[in-house]
Amino acid sequence: MGRLATLKEGFRSGKIGVTEYYKDFFSRVRVRNEKLNALLEIFEKDALERAVKFDQSKSTLGNLPLGALPIAIKDMISIRGQELNASSKILKGYRAPRSATVTERLEKDGAIFVGRANCDEFAMGSSNENTSFGPVKNPCALDRTAGGSSGGSAAAVAAELCVGALGTDTGGSIRLPAAFCGITGLKPTYGRVSRSGAIAFASSLDQIGPMADDALDCAHILQSIAGRDPRDATSMPVKTENYIEACKSFSLKGVKIGLPKEYFQKGGVDPEIEKNLQSNLKVLEKEGAIIREASIPHTPYGIAVYYLVATAEAASNLARYDGIRYGKRVEQFKSLKDLIMQTRSEGFGSEVKRRIMLGTFALSSGYYDAYYSKAQFVRSKLQSEFLNAFKEVDLLFTPVAPSTAFKIGEKVNDPLQMYLSDIYTVSINLAGVPAIAFPVGHDSQNLPIGGQFIAPPFAEAKLLGAAAAFERAQPFQRRLAL
Amino acid sequence: MSMSLETVLKTYEPVMGLEVHAQLKTKTKIMSGATNIFGEAPNTAVSTIDTGMPGALPVLNREAVTMAVKTALALECEIQPVSVFSRKHYFYPDLPKGYQISQYDRPYALNGGVTFYLNGEKRRIGLIRIHMEEDAGKNLHFDDRGISLVDLNRSSVPLIEIVSQPDLRSPDEAVAYLKALRLVLRYLDVCEGNLEEGNFRCDANVSLRRHGASKFGTRVELKNINSFRNLERAVTFEMIRQYQVLESGGSVVQETRLWDASQNQSHSMRSKEEAADYRYMPEPDLLPLQLSNQTVSKMKADLPERPIEKMERFIKDYHRTPYDAEVLTASKALADYYEDVAKATGDDQLSSTFIQTNVLAKIANVETDFATFYPDSKALIDLLKLIQGGTLSLNLAKEVFEHMLESKQSAEKIVSEKGLSQVSDDKALLAAIEEVIQGNPRQLAELKSGKDKLFGFFMGQCQKALKGKGHPARLKELLEQKLKS
Repeated sequence: MGRLATLKEGFRSGKIGVTEYYKDFFSRVRVRNEKLNALLEIFEKDALERAVKFDQSKSTLGNLPLGALPIAIKDMISIRGQELNASSKILKGYRAPRSATVTERLEKDGAIFVGRANCDEFAMGSSNENTSFGPVKNPCALDRTAGGSSGGSAAAVAAELCVGALGTDTGGSIRLPAAFCGITGLKPTYGRVSRSGAIAFASSLDQIGPMADDALDCAHILQSIAGRDPRDATSMPVKTENYIEACKSFSLKGVKIGLPKEYFQKGGVDPEIEKNLQSNLKVLEKEGAIIREASIPHTPYGIAVYYLVATAEAASNLARYDGIRYGKRVEQFKSLKDLIMQTRSEGFGSEVKRRIMLGTFALSSGYYDAYYSKAQFVRSKLQSEFLNAFKEVDLLFTPVAPSTAFKIGEKVNDPLQMYLSDIYTVSINLAGVPAIAFPVGHDSQNLPIGGQFIAPPFAEAKLLGAAAAFERAQPFQRRLAL
Repeated sequence: MSMSLETVLKTYEPVMGLEVHAQLKTKTKIMSGATNIFGEAPNTAVSTIDTGMPGALPVLNREAVTMAVKTALALECEIQPVSVFSRKHYFYPDLPKGYQISQYDRPYALNGGVTFYLNGEKRRIGLIRIHMEEDAGKNLHFDDRGISLVDLNRSSVPLIEIVSQPDLRSPDEAVAYLKALRLVLRYLDVCEGNLEEGNFRCDANVSLRRHGASKFGTRVELKNINSFRNLERAVTFEMIRQYQVLESGGSVVQETRLWDASQNQSHSMRSKEEAADYRYMPEPDLLPLQLSNQTVSKMKADLPERPIEKMERFIKDYHRTPYDAEVLTASKALADYYEDVAKATGDDQLSSTFIQTNVLAKIANVETDFATFYPDSKALIDLLKLIQGGTLSLNLAKEVFEHMLESKQSAEKIVSEKGLSQVSDDKALLAAIEEVIQGNPRQLAELKSGKDKLFGFFMGQCQKALKGKGHPARLKELLEQKLKS
């Protein structure tokens, strides 16, 4: 059982006192965070105050599904009154005037926010190195990246700085760091979780999702945050299911699992990952699953389509950071135009600027049809290919990334190589379907390997259930380098 | 420019189209729950959405959509089952998100038209489209202190942009079109329609072509037109300006010009080359707007009578001239007022004349004043019935009307208190006639020797003797009999 479910049980039964737990907790968090740089801010004072209140009224603890559980929040998601930076200098000093729907719901369900998790600036990156506040280190190998963009959230879960975290996933930003750090992370269906109050990177791709030790722990968090929100027009009025129950009762027996052949091309993934996945298939078959070949023919265009759609939307979404109303503003300027240009030049990091320029170009008059329109066309192809695949199979199984965690600094100067880290995750965001990354083994260097299930829209219960079943069949032990 | 428009019209035909922005009178803004209100302290009617805070998402206001659709239906547009919001990008401090949410390539309403009478002749100006969008905030410049501040109260106030076909051919027609359009919006109670306050804004596209030419000339867009008078002056100025350019062998440059009312001229704001690239893209935060046939049909069935329909009904049912009908339908409140009075008195003409000459003289704003105006229609009906019953002459009725305005009392009460009822008793009338004839022997002799004009003099004298209360028709009758004998 993951630490979230275990701690929940401990608090409820009274075996663990909330205040007592948090005293020890924060001393460990501070020491470990020094090494990892996973949390940009630790909410020790606020958290302890809430913890005391829980001990004072034991009855509320029992009624709240996430009562007193320590949760970390990616620095892309608003918590009322707390600083919110998107790991960017341009938002330094900005405090959220209201909570995001997800943090409001978690708080209502009793969660205690323990810290603000580092991430790539505006969630743009695959290694959590594009941050104004220093890279996050992988708790399983301190010279390696934690993956990105939700690297801080993943490292915080893996290093036990929390029992669960929220990340955001635009092209793999929950799943890649989950795989690199040996934890479980879910990217819900587009429209399953409200985006209101989460800083937008690419609005048609962004989803907030849970990251935790295992599928069941993720289910506890999803149960709280999922569902229609009138504050987000793209959140869908589709009923939520009992995700926790699904994790406990789901069986892989008779479940048809497709292997999209485009994800298993020779030379695509690292041979060690390939070998590991083959052994995973045996586990799945042993559990009664039926393995079949599947196909998503437009997969090779995923990265190209993604970097057109995502950058176009990003260029638009980041236009609001102009130094006029909040965040950074340069002190010396000659004109209005100069004020905006200088603020943005100084405030944004180089990867963010690269993407703003790409996106601006893609939307420019005369190029729109050649780039943005065409990308949207291929995107709709990908969408229907996924839906067609799910007519034949219940789930798809793929690798999360072509490699295990790479070294810090290894790819920072090669953006194209960096972009290719997301080759197995971006198409899922383009199609809007849900996917879960979960630990399926280690490579020869003791680095975690991630597997990915992909499900039809709004089939999160099935997705979490299948991952939980796999985790039961082949339990995973993280090997921390701390 | 001392040239006249007539000179231009000898050689050229002006071609104009108007783009009109109308703020909708919704309770809340088009993309947020903040109050849609004018004149509040800066930045008090705002939400995190209107100020473009990180993570704030727009949510489309149902009331704004309803008002927009009703307007489009009243303007005979085809409502699109699916329409799409887009982002229009530019950097400016009054635009907090760095883009404006607006419908671009897929607006919610296409085609349509506005019908009105111009100099008694019926005209229909076609519409290309109507789309919904959000308004921007306002920059306030304090030059004396060297600072500029931003007020975002107007940010995300709902707008519809109504784009006409290039069907307008004269400044008069442009003004008549804009007035007719405004009247439709006011009848539907969806827009204040006040150009000066900026809740109703108008840009004009103007070009000239030689008579008989089939191709349009290069058009110039005029902005900052904030009154009907300025519309007329701005387009006239532009026609003459383009005429002079063309006649001196030059060619008109496609550009946007700003009308300066204080200088009575326009100056160039930007040319086509300098036009911004707005990098439109579909708004990913909003789903495409779907309007079902059922919803639209229901709204169509519930539409109130439009001004042009009311006007034509007044011509037919109340036998008004187009001019009268237009005056009497200038607002829904006035039209209702007239209709109440005409129906109750059964005298279309008397009601029309009395309202136009007396009531309208006291009404400054036909939209708002009727709500508190006295005599209200019921009180006026009572007054007019006193004329019909012979108690009051028209002149006396006017006098009573003035008293009613002042004292807010009923006509009957004023008549009885002030003794204003007219004298129609033959005995009293004959006594007065007798007195006047006795007192003016010289005039009587002149009249009898053929100076017919003096009849008026005798009428006047008689009324004077009767303190103006003599029943005019009866008095005339009796006086004629008396003088003949």
